[in-house]
Amino acid sequence: MSNGAAVAHDAHAHHPALAHHFESLDAQKEASVLGMWLFLVTEILFFGGALTAYMIYRTWYPDAFAVASSEIAILPGAINTAVLILSSLTMALAVHAAQTGERGKILVFIAITMVLGAAFLGIKAYEYHEKYVEGHIPGLGLPFRFEEEYYRPAQIFFSIYFVLTGLHALHMIIGLGIMTWMLVLTRKGVITPEYYAPIEISGLYWHFVDIVWIFLFPLLYLIGRHVHHVG
Amino acid sequence: MPTNTYLNAATTLKSWLLTRDHKRIALMYIAGITFFFGIGGFFAALIRLELVTPAGDLLTDETYNKVFTMHGVMMVFFVLIPLIPASLGNFLLPLMLGTKDVAFPKLNLLSFYVYLFGSLFTLYAIVAGGLDTGWTFYTPFSTVASTSAVVPAALGIFINGFSSILTGLNFMVTIHKMRAPGLTWFRLPLFVWALYATSLIQVLGTPVVAITIVLVAAERIFGFGLFNPAVGGDPVLFQHLFWFYSHPAVYIMILPAMGVVSEVIAGMARKQIFGYSFVAFSSLGIAIVGFLVWGHHMFVAGQSIYSALVFSVLTFIVAIPSAVKVFNWTATMYKGSISWQTPMIYVAGFIGLFAIGGLTGLFLAAMGLDIHVTDTYFIVAHFHYVMVGGAIMGYMAGIHYWWPKITGRMYNEFLGKVSAAIVFIGFNLTFFPQFIAGYAGMPRRYHAYADAYQVWNVLSSAGASILAVGFTMPLLYLAWSLKNGEIAGDNPWGAVGLEWNTTSPPPTENFHTQPIVTWDAYEYPTPVEGHVV
Repeated sequence: MSNGAAVAHDAHAHHPALAHHFESLDAQKEASVLGMWLFLVTEILFFGGALTAYMIYRTWYPDAFAVASSEIAILPGAINTAVLILSSLTMALAVHAAQTGERGKILVFIAITMVLGAAFLGIKAYEYHEKYVEGHIPGLGLPFRFEEEYYRPAQIFFSIYFVLTGLHALHMIIGLGIMTWMLVLTRKGVITPEYYAPIEISGLYWHFVDIVWIFLFPLLYLIGRHVHHVG
Repeated sequence: MPTNTYLNAATTLKSWLLTRDHKRIALMYIAGITFFFGIGGFFAALIRLELVTPAGDLLTDETYNKVFTMHGVMMVFFVLIPLIPASLGNFLLPLMLGTKDVAFPKLNLLSFYVYLFGSLFTLYAIVAGGLDTGWTFYTPFSTVASTSAVVPAALGIFINGFSSILTGLNFMVTIHKMRAPGLTWFRLPLFVWALYATSLIQVLGTPVVAITIVLVAAERIFGFGLFNPAVGGDPVLFQHLFWFYSHPAVYIMILPAMGVVSEVIAGMARKQIFGYSFVAFSSLGIAIVGFLVWGHHMFVAGQSIYSALVFSVLTFIVAIPSAVKVFNWTATMYKGSISWQTPMIYVAGFIGLFAIGGLTGLFLAAMGLDIHVTDTYFIVAHFHYVMVGGAIMGYMAGIHYWWPKITGRMYNEFLGKVSAAIVFIGFNLTFFPQFIAGYAGMPRRYHAYADAYQVWNVLSSAGASILAVGFTMPLLYLAWSLKNGEIAGDNPWGAVGLEWNTTSPPPTENFHTQPIVTWDAYEYPTPVEGHVV
């Protein structure tokens, strides 16, 4: 056994967050960050499957997709895009505060991030309700109302719309759960400048979910802007 | 026996159920996999019983659909996918890397419970109404027509997928970040390379089948039109998404078995593995090219002839890295002092059966021939040669090879050899006739068939009963050896590798002192011809 390694191990062994099988907190953080990146890769593949379906059907039914897209009100989606970008900023500030060990700031920025996330979900719920009122829900036994020419493929568009935005919303809800947990960890004093990996990798997740929306917004809301609305 | 082992470190039930020790988690996985193998085997027995006679007399057609579906679902998702990575992989990876545990021990435990919960949920679906879609869930039957418990069964598989993803992710991070000092990538045992390639597929492939299940469930529960031709949807798109995972999933099953074979051959022939880097990179090659061949499942599904052509060529190409492995294993054995213990007998069986399974895969890569045998027993025989002849034989080899490390005791060598021989004979008798019946045109998935195929089916069912004996024997003599086996010692095979450098069974922390690696893998004392690395 290398004595050097043994000494280095003992020197760090006192940190309560250091797991027994890691040499140092740095090694432990590197592993956590790599793990989160790999998890985000699986998320890309997960959304990628649904986006593949979107791509195929949009190629098959370009007109129907454009017309159906133009039926979605752009303002709530645009506001939501701004809300999420802002929440990514506050998330980044929370990570920065964690690095510098300003516990109060961590709490404030995570709280703001959560408020923004909740606002996003609220606006999303309002949009879903609008779709319900307009008769654009392609299932649940509800009447689907759409112009005759695109009646069938428009159902595919809205099916994909609800699957993609629904899964995204689910990820937001999970994100809110994670952020609640981070608030608890921070309040308990677990998060320190030596050990802030939980905040950092939660931040990675949060940014990822925001980026998914950055893709969904143009793909679902903006492809029909050139279509003249015929009500 | 060493006084301080992972088995006697704590003995309460809680110390097992809440353990974070990768070795204990591996044992819990082995128990779970064995349980589901028994259930899957029970359904197989029903199938073989029904097919003894040409008439559909034992099971109704509807019941038969459910029986072969549950056989497939149990065996594919709850046995073959976790088979080696979650059991032997979990046990051995940290030992081979010279570290104390996997990178995320809690996640490892979570992945076991996710596996248990998901698989039990699907088991519940059988009780609740069965599943008659086949393990492939093809739409629109699964979304519009089937009246069986599609959503609960699919949900169980969806949940189970997280277990597979978490294991793959955990292993990748572990291999990147937890190697002992001096253990460079090209000093890693080939089993570790195989696990890395497997993990890559688990991480990249599983999410795609997960979203596919979500889409099927959305169509079935909410009535969304996603694959439904009634609104202009495309059932073949489902097949593309499904096979994008489910073809590479075959490599999740076979790659770790190939890793086991590399270890056992080197250990039993007491030789440096021939062409180390070729064998290592062929694992990655299989993982990468394996992602590009899924379209060969759709040669008759209305796929464009040009994409079929490309998929055909790529399918031929994916055979190359597999062949590289077979040739290198054979070259390793050449002039080795081979010790024909049970693991080596299983490995010899593996090489022969996998060669047949792999070569008949080339038949299926050829479009014209594939059209002839699509949906016949030829396909059934082909994939059983790969999955049972390959993956399960590899698992059996590995279980016997590392049994002394896992338990500290030897199994009965005579019974081991006899059961390996019985498995080999029973397996061939079960599945070789299916090649013939299938080539002659016998379709799969029917409970009744033309009289002309009866002889092959009787042979196959007879073989299945022999196979059942062959798989039951190890269960008994391995269990017996737990209390009564000879004490194994740390390294009964005289093999090299970090896992043999610690006590049997290992202590909870794996090593009494942190290993520092200054040697290559498989450095056997005798100088060897054909040493290329």
